[in-house]
Amino acid sequence: MTDVGAAHPGASTPAPDVGRAVVHTTGVEKTFGTGPTAVKALEGIDLEIGQGEFVSLIGPSGCGKSTLLRLIGDLTTPSAGQILVNGKPASRARLDRDYGMVFQAPVLMDWRTIARNIELPLEIMGFPRDERARRSGELLKLVELEGFGGKHPWQLSGGMQQRVAIARALAFDPKLLLMDEPFGALDEMTRERMNLELMKIWGQTATTVVFVTHSIPEAVFLSTRVVVMSPRPGRIARIVEIDLPHQRTVETRELERYFELVTQVREALRRHEPDTTTMDELEAARIRAEGLG
Amino acid sequence: MINTRLANWLPPVVLFVLVIVIWDLGLLALGVQSFLLPRPTVIWAKLLELWPTTLARGVAFTASEALGGLAAGIVLGTAAGLATARWRTAQETLVPIAIGASTVPIIAFAPITLNWFGYESPLPRMVIVAAMVFFPVMVNTVRGLTEVEPAALELMASYAGSELQTLRKVRIPNALPYWFTALRIAATLSVIGAVVGEFFGGPLYSLGIFITNQTGISDYPSAWAAIILACGLGIGFYVAAVIAERVAVPWGSARETAR
Repeated sequence: MTDVGAAHPGASTPAPDVGRAVVHTTGVEKTFGTGPTAVKALEGIDLEIGQGEFVSLIGPSGCGKSTLLRLIGDLTTPSAGQILVNGKPASRARLDRDYGMVFQAPVLMDWRTIARNIELPLEIMGFPRDERARRSGELLKLVELEGFGGKHPWQLSGGMQQRVAIARALAFDPKLLLMDEPFGALDEMTRERMNLELMKIWGQTATTVVFVTHSIPEAVFLSTRVVVMSPRPGRIARIVEIDLPHQRTVETRELERYFELVTQVREALRRHEPDTTTMDELEAARIRAEGLG
Repeated sequence: MINTRLANWLPPVVLFVLVIVIWDLGLLALGVQSFLLPRPTVIWAKLLELWPTTLARGVAFTASEALGGLAAGIVLGTAAGLATARWRTAQETLVPIAIGASTVPIIAFAPITLNWFGYESPLPRMVIVAAMVFFPVMVNTVRGLTEVEPAALELMASYAGSELQTLRKVRIPNALPYWFTALRIAATLSVIGAVVGEFFGGPLYSLGIFITNQTGISDYPSAWAAIILACGLGIGFYVAAVIAERVAVPWGSARETAR
């Protein structure tokens, strides 16, 4: 990873008026590839996410929502614009270990036990052994997997594995959690249960969460704000404030306001419906550019 | 557990015994001459007779050649694999050399190594074995180190993990199953390389020379006894590699049975 700040003059000096914003993006643009095959994935992304917020990014495939998340995490670099995390360039924030990341796949190491998977970031960051064991014990309790610490990943169900991934992301107590469709591969029932658990964890840990999802009900249920994105190039189409009671429970899904907000998000998405051919082009260009297979 | 183990082992053992019995009695019944194919009982008697005088020494010598070459080939192959996976320049320089080394015919190479080190030394065969083993070990090491889930690398990047940490905690454990696959291939190759290498020259008691000499004087049961021992050596090496893999990569086989 190269230093974003160095590539873009001005990015190295934080803007003075950021305040308590955890994530602050201005004029962010991302183009995959070069020349005639280049495809613009994101354009004009101005977004501010405050401390303790739960912000979902939602949109059709190819709208750049995952790219935006990866830009915030400095796992890829912007073509233009500025990204500040905790008031510093995203690359600096990554090196300072300011955020925890959860992917769609759990990405657990088969050769490690569940407890040692959770301890992986702590090992890398040089925590002493007893501190690591104490933290993994606490986190296993938090994600309700006590007694599974000695098991191996393949002995757990998909939902349990994803809970381990969340525990691992929280292990070093980051104030920002980046989640890239973490429940996308789970069945509907497991997903709803995971949503409730995530809300409980969010309430207990006071982290700021940026959450990428395909699911409208999930976005509305979890978030304080839903960022609706449109493709070609990826832009922020609308931001829907979710004014549901802060405490989200099973009953939240039965509130009339909940349904109204689901409808609002759905309509915002429909208004910016893409035509499928260009979406495929974008995806193809992204794969070419990143060398993914 | 013990029952399933027995169920796994019983069929091959029964088949083996059956083949030996049919071989022995079939040859007896048909009256086949022993220079065409000796009876197993005759071979076995020869093996016991010659073991103390020559065969034990031959097995030890050939095994030492195979082991020495195996060790050298594994060390060099792994080192080349690590360098290739890490540096592009290493990849560009080492891969053509490795491909070249793997295509050298042993039969053409053996007389030259003899010329380097002399007939009595085990070194000519060690060089041959090392050259044979090097390529599979290197290729599998590179695959294991580079065919890592991209998300695992991003995860390490998100922790600001160093390249060395990524190597130790992700790439090397990921490479171990690949590496042990190479080790299993290399283990059997090494005995073949040592024996075939000996055909071109070596001490009189070495298995390869013993086989050529005994066939030369039409003492086929003795040649067969040496061939059986060479097979046994190869199987022993292979089993040792499998056991080492079970110990070092417990998650490999456990995962297979869990799924």
